[in-house]
This record gives sequence, structure tokens and C-alpha cells, in this order.
Amino acid sequence: MRMLTHNMLSSNIKGVTNGFPLRIEVEKVVEKQVEINHDFLRNIFPKIDWKAFFDASRVMGYAELPEEAPEPSVLESDLEFLRKFHHALLELHLEEGALVCPETGRKFPVNKGIPNMLLHEDEV
Amino acid sequence: MSSRIAQIRLVSSHPEVYEPCDDSFALVDALLADRKNLLEHKPTLCMEVGCGSGYVITSLMLMLGEEANGAQFIATDINHHAIRVTQETMEAHRVHAELINTDIASGLENRLAGLVDLLVVNPPYVPTPEDEVGREGIASAWAGGENGRSVIDRILLVALKLLSKRGWLYMVTLTANNPSQICRQMRKKGYDSRIIVQRSTEEESLHIIKFWKDFDIEVDAKDVVPNSNAAPAGVVDSVLSQFQRLSFWRSSDVNSSRSGK
Repeated sequence: MRMLTHNMLSSNIKGVTNGFPLRIEVEKVVEKQVEINHDFLRNIFPKIDWKAFFDASRVMGYAELPEEAPEPSVLESDLEFLRKFHHALLELHLEEGALVCPETGRKFPVNKGIPNMLLHEDEV
Repeated sequence: MSSRIAQIRLVSSHPEVYEPCDDSFALVDALLADRKNLLEHKPTLCMEVGCGSGYVITSLMLMLGEEANGAQFIATDINHHAIRVTQETMEAHRVHAELINTDIASGLENRLAGLVDLLVVNPPYVPTPEDEVGREGIASAWAGGENGRSVIDRILLVALKLLSKRGWLYMVTLTANNPSQICRQMRKKGYDSRIIVQRSTEEESLHIIKFWKDFDIEVDAKDVVPNSNAAPAGVVDSVLSQFQRLSFWRSSDVNSSRSGK
């Protein structure tokens, strides 16, 4: 599971009002290189919740992102920033671990890189 | 032109996972037929709900290929066996989509709202008793409840939430699902539609329908209008005429659907 996906996931348990972001519990992180695409990064940048992304990257062991979201103009000129953004967003995978609902503490397991967001009957 | 799609011999399988079949092939054919438009559309986020064997999402990634390199792909399935099989199918083709084991898009609906530029769905469309819907395993790939619409209607509500302003939806439907009524329902939400592929097999008549936002359509402001007359009659007729042109379409379907639910 990439940090892009983490940034798009919320706790879906019935009654939970503050289900984002899910806290990450890391057992295993893997890195997989993919080709950088500047258009994708520019298109997705405004949709990213930066604080959740920054915190998630730190938990995943990557500490090179700025704590504050940069101005969008940075994406036009700063290749170094684009490379870091790309790496944290798309190349770091949570392979084993869990996503934890910030409100209830319910754990959604992540096995072989796949989050299981299925709910039990009493959570729907 | 050599548009690549998934190779059947590389598609993984499992007894509890729906194998690529006529409906899967029809959906991939529809995407291929519209490939040029998809490449020009340049979707940023693409998604499949109910990825099953992974045949469709893998084909989509291969056919869009590097020309649409600026895209990322997400696929969901409620069946964890299907998720594993999709993962194996994708690995065999050296492509990557983010996979999530979930019911339709549960967990994604808030943050992904309005971000999906391309959504493809081969839903469980087979009419079954309502109590067969929601069972585990392979039944989740086909059991569609009354008129095969139980899950389709839930998916459409999610699709309306997830699709971006320029989002396109491709969905497989069966004649028994009353596709003309689905199109009218979507029109009320501001979506135009077109049949991309129509195919009759011995067992079923399939339509692959494409939906897209048409900003010229007047959407019911508060959704209070109780019947389909809200859409300009001429436009509704044009949607219906697409179906009426098909020889197998029974006129009774069209007439009964006019009264709505």
C-alpha cells in the first residue's frame, strides 16, 4: 500500500466522525522504484492532505519532506522536491502492518501490501 | 495498432474467483473501442470496483500504457481471494494497481470523493433472490438481487460520489437490469450515456454503457421531482432510442420503465 492510498483511506466504521487519517503501524516497509511522472504529481498535489502525508512518511521511515506543504509553484521548478514527493507518495509501500482508526482504535490489517477495510456486522 | 490487453494464460485463478468471461471480454472490448478517447482524456486516478480475476484492470493498464503514464490505478473487491488473484495477474503482466479489500469503495468514499476520472465496473448483475446478495466468495461476483439491481444501485450511488467533474464510468449491464431506466436515473444526476458495446450470447444480452457528466443537463436542484419527466423529453428519447434500435429489446421493458420505480 502506497502513501497515496493511505492519504485516500478513512475509517469506515459506522458512527465514526473523525476517521482520518488512519494511524500506521509498521511491521514491514518495502521500496519499489517507479518512473517519475511530473504531470501526475502536479495533478495530485492539491488533493493530498499534507499533514497526514508528512506524518505517514515519517512513520514509514522517510524524513526528507518539509513539514509544511510547499506552495504549488514549487512543483513547477523544484525537481528535488518533486523527486522526494514522488518517492514518499508512490515508492514506499506498507507491506505488513495495520491501519488504526483514530477514533475507536480498531485495527485494519495490511497483509502483503493490501489493506483489509471489511467491517464486522456490528460495525456497518 | 497493437493495443495490448491481459493474456488469458497469465490470468491467475482460484475456485472462489470469477474467471474472465463474456462480460469481462465485452467490457475490455468497450474500453479498447474507446481507447483513443481515454488517452486524450488523460485520467489521473482510475479505479475498478470488483476487480475479480484482475483481467479488466490489467487490460486497462496495459492498453493505456505509457501514453497515460500520468495515471494511477486503484482496484477493490469484497472477496479477498479475488484481491490475491488480481495481485498475481498484475504481477504476471508487470503492472501495478493499488488493491483494497473492501465493499465497493468503503473507506475511500470521503477522501476520494470527486477525484476519480475513470471508473470501470462489471457488477454482480444476475437477478437472484435478495438473500443471495452479500454472500462470501464467488457468489459476490454475480448475485444481484431483484432484477440484478441491488448491488448496481449501491455502486451507482458511490460512483456519483467518487467521479470527478470530468469522470467517466463504464459499466456492464444485463437486459434484465433495465439499462434504459439506469440511464434515465443517471441523467437526473446530470450524466449523459452511450452504449459502447452491445452483445447477445446464448444466455444473456449485455450492454456496456459509458456515462459522463453533461453540464447542459438540468439537474433537479433538490432532487424533489418524483418522476423522470424532469429531463427534457427530447433528450430522454434519444437515450431510449439507443436501446430501441437494438432488435432484441422488448418494447415492454421500455414502456414499463417509463413509469419509474
